[in-house]
Amino acid sequence: MHSHIFSNYPPKDKSNLIPLLQDVQNIYGFLPETALMDISEFIGMPLSRIYGVATFYNQFRLKPLGKNIIRVCRGTACHVKGSANLLFALENELNCKAGETTRDKTFTLETVACIGACSIAPVINVNGDYYGRATVKDIPKILKKYASQTNSTEKIEEQITSEK
Amino acid sequence: MAKTAKITVDGKTYEVDATKNLLEVCLSLKLDLPYFCWHPAMGSVGACRQCAVKKFRDENDKVGKLFMACMEPIVDGMIISIQDAEAKEFRKGVIEWLMTNHPHDCPVCDEGGECHLQDMTVMTGHDYRRYRFKKRTYKNQYLGPFINHEMNRCIQCYRCVRYYRDYAGGKDFDVFGVHNTVYFGRHEDGVLENEFSGNLVEVCPTGVFTDKTLGKHYTRKWDQTYAPSICVHCSVGCNTIAAERYGLLRRVQSRYNGEVNGYFLCDRGRFGYEFVNSPKRIRKPLRKNKETRQFEELGSEDALKYIRKLLSDSKRIIGIGSARASLESNFTLLSFVEKQNFYWGESDRNIQLIQKQYDILRNGPARTPSLRDIEKCDVVIVLGEDLTNTAPMIALALRQSVRQEPVQSATPYRIPHWQDQAVRELTQDEKGPIFIATPLATRLDEISETYRAAADDIARLGFMVANSFSDRSPLVSGATDEQKKLSGKISEALKKAKRPLIIAGPSLQSEAVIEAAANIANAMITSGKTCELCFTVPEVNSMGMAMMDITHQGIESAFEALKNKPADTLIILENDLYRRAEEQAVDSFLGKFKNVIVLDYLENSTSLKADAVLSSGSFAESDGTFVNNEGRAQRFYQVYDAGENIKESWRWLRDIMLNSGLHEFGKWKILSDFTNALSKAMPVFDGINNITPPPGFRIAGEKIPREPFRYSGRTAMFANKSVHEPKPPEDIDSPLSFTMEGYRGKPPSSIIPFFWSPGWNSQQAINKYQIEIGGALHGGDPGKRLIEPKSGKTPAFFTKIPQAFSPRNGDWFVVPVYHIFGSEELSVNAPGINELTPKPYVMISSEDAGSLGLTSEKQIELEAQGKTYSLPAKLNLGLPKGLIGIPKGLPGMPEIKTGSWVRLKMG
Repeated sequence: MHSHIFSNYPPKDKSNLIPLLQDVQNIYGFLPETALMDISEFIGMPLSRIYGVATFYNQFRLKPLGKNIIRVCRGTACHVKGSANLLFALENELNCKAGETTRDKTFTLETVACIGACSIAPVINVNGDYYGRATVKDIPKILKKYASQTNSTEKIEEQITSEK
Repeated sequence: MAKTAKITVDGKTYEVDATKNLLEVCLSLKLDLPYFCWHPAMGSVGACRQCAVKKFRDENDKVGKLFMACMEPIVDGMIISIQDAEAKEFRKGVIEWLMTNHPHDCPVCDEGGECHLQDMTVMTGHDYRRYRFKKRTYKNQYLGPFINHEMNRCIQCYRCVRYYRDYAGGKDFDVFGVHNTVYFGRHEDGVLENEFSGNLVEVCPTGVFTDKTLGKHYTRKWDQTYAPSICVHCSVGCNTIAAERYGLLRRVQSRYNGEVNGYFLCDRGRFGYEFVNSPKRIRKPLRKNKETRQFEELGSEDALKYIRKLLSDSKRIIGIGSARASLESNFTLLSFVEKQNFYWGESDRNIQLIQKQYDILRNGPARTPSLRDIEKCDVVIVLGEDLTNTAPMIALALRQSVRQEPVQSATPYRIPHWQDQAVRELTQDEKGPIFIATPLATRLDEISETYRAAADDIARLGFMVANSFSDRSPLVSGATDEQKKLSGKISEALKKAKRPLIIAGPSLQSEAVIEAAANIANAMITSGKTCELCFTVPEVNSMGMAMMDITHQGIESAFEALKNKPADTLIILENDLYRRAEEQAVDSFLGKFKNVIVLDYLENSTSLKADAVLSSGSFAESDGTFVNNEGRAQRFYQVYDAGENIKESWRWLRDIMLNSGLHEFGKWKILSDFTNALSKAMPVFDGINNITPPPGFRIAGEKIPREPFRYSGRTAMFANKSVHEPKPPEDIDSPLSFTMEGYRGKPPSSIIPFFWSPGWNSQQAINKYQIEIGGALHGGDPGKRLIEPKSGKTPAFFTKIPQAFSPRNGDWFVVPVYHIFGSEELSVNAPGINELTPKPYVMISSEDAGSLGLTSEKQIELEAQGKTYSLPAKLNLGLPKGLIGIPKGLPGMPEIKTGSWVRLKMG
């Protein structure tokens, strides 16, 4: 599924590691181990080195995301307006910590430094939808709305397992 | 010192080496300055901020500025302060933040008591924890049988990854993550692939990487008994420290020697020691019952009486020596059985080759380099040796020598060479020229230009290079284009070299390879260049045996000689003959003797056939002298007293001689008597009695203690046997005492039992023992070089060029495959090494396998020396056509002669 990306790069050239990782992530939404092994062989760099780079940058993920991504703003304005409580409530509700994905892979919970919507603080963002002036009380409602929706991550995962 | 400068530290002026950095200089001046990320073998990166000092503009500057000492080049007239209050406060702060996540688990940590982090924390005075939040935690990894991983203790100094990846060339270890979750490990659980991974234990400043073998029978540093020792697992002769408690050998550490192994050891050397504790150890003399054919244990007195009885009606005694026994043991056996009856227990072929190497070094103009010299060579040619597996530490040294040339490119940019990060950034993956010609792929291929061929073709390539420097080395006719191109390239590189080096050895059992190597060195030297020549030899004392004044006859000669002139008693010294010759031949040889007496420490096929076995001491229970491949005589000392039943082989043999009525040997009482007699009898060993201080040596009237002064439980450790405090054993052979009492200062360099200095409990205390950081030990590095080149004489050239190798149809030519873990006789008895030892197999080239329709792991029948063996096949990509790889010395692997032809049958 990712073999076509190698045609854009010269082999054994270590300087293309990051663009290759980005390409892979664009396809899968994360970096599957098989793809990293292929990259390792293609550019002639040990797998451990590639993992070193992949884990260094925040933009790369080694695990598939949940179907819905919840971003809780932890910027100054939202913090003052009590976003910490929102985060605790979400963590409790979803039974996972910030930066993790729920067991059923429905939600991924993340924190961001500032979404840029300070006027409606505190803000949470789910799949690009903004919820301003959110309160702890709103959270079950919001989660319920997304729990039944699905997106394409599931299909991709199925594809990877069948390729293996 | 090349360039000196005057610097002022805390008001005192010193004259120092201007090419070093400030941290190295301060440590060389024996000033205490804490550090973490800097390591003398790896240079500076300035990552940990621990070595901060105050630097002042001039005498009038009272404020000053903080600088990291490891990143500061020395400037003449520099004024700095280590004791400055602000600098001290800063260093204390650094430790405090490093300690925020460090678990205070010292009581259960294997590093406790020899931890650099502990030492530095105490040194900076950080004693109160203000951070009151949760610490970050990690999952640990399984890293194989040698290394334990405990990531929570990590302080992110990056030394491990810099050592493993940059210094040792490892591929499977790196740093992951970012910020507060930085992780050092493999990308997944698994055995560390690098053969030098054990050094992580000493490189890590705290307890992230600890010695798993020590952990299995753990004892604190201060509770161990130490002695300076020499590694017995290959010919390089690395200096080691061996440690014991309660009669169990606990671990082996690197003993710094500026001329030999420096700070490091290979994993075979570090973890192979466990053979000493093996259940196969012979701990008491044994006598074979004539009727039941079972061994019975004896006391040492009874054993000597029994042997006296065996010897009393012997007419002729044959002695077989060994290259894994000390010079003294071999010499004593030689003195007993006399020259005409003494055989060096090695195959005739190997003896010829080792002898040839010794003759080349002794009579030729090329110098044999020390291990440290090899690191400084800039162009290296390796002929026929898979160094990672035959002499591992040379392989590690070559990883440093390939950097010699690229590092020079830093000079025009005025980057000092100790600026590790900058130099690596500049040089990237650049490698200096190194050429390796072997039949099989080696671990060093990734840093070298390679040539895959049979021994004869390797030799021909060598002769071509030699010929390009001097016409006195013969011209090679019929060279292939590949050989012409490569030899041209090698000659070019050699011409530009500042310090070229040729390495060869007896592994391929080819005289031509050794001769070709000698010719290159000779040709370069006669054409006005310099060249060094390094030979590996099979065992720890092979070079010593070659130097001895003996008949230099091997096992096969002994077999032959016995046919003409019968003998009735055979004494075998620390040697398993079944590893040297074919099984049937050894069987029939042993069968011809009425009495077979074996002196050894591990049960083996030969000892099982003996009528009497004397329990010799291994390296840990013996004193003696070994000569390494460089020709350096080095002494090793007994670590602990193993009781009256385990004695040095030379002492057993002396007792046998006295019992047989040879009373003149009564004057050989202690080690130095034997060594003196040896150097008197064989002038080539002149001076080996002086490589360590004599047994009467005392400092302030005291011996050097083998135990640290905090050694605990001495009066109570045997209370389960007797409540009376036992008399401590006496050491009559050395200036070392077996106890904690003695001189507490620094001993002479050759008898350092362990590294310790007040405030420096870890191995980093080595700093205090060196004249200059990374340089020689105080009083000079131990050991004495016995082989120096002959200058002035025109060297002799070898003129016999072998025919090119041509594959035969249906027959395969045997090349040896060595394994760092498995090919060596002793270390394979250590559980960890044994775990990594491969199962028997045969290696066949992918090309040949394709034409035979073979797949990997399939059993093939191999017909060799009139016998058929069934072994699984391993396919190899680089192996030239017509060659077959036979692993050497693996347990369960039949001995198939290198250089013979074998036939294959499909299973």
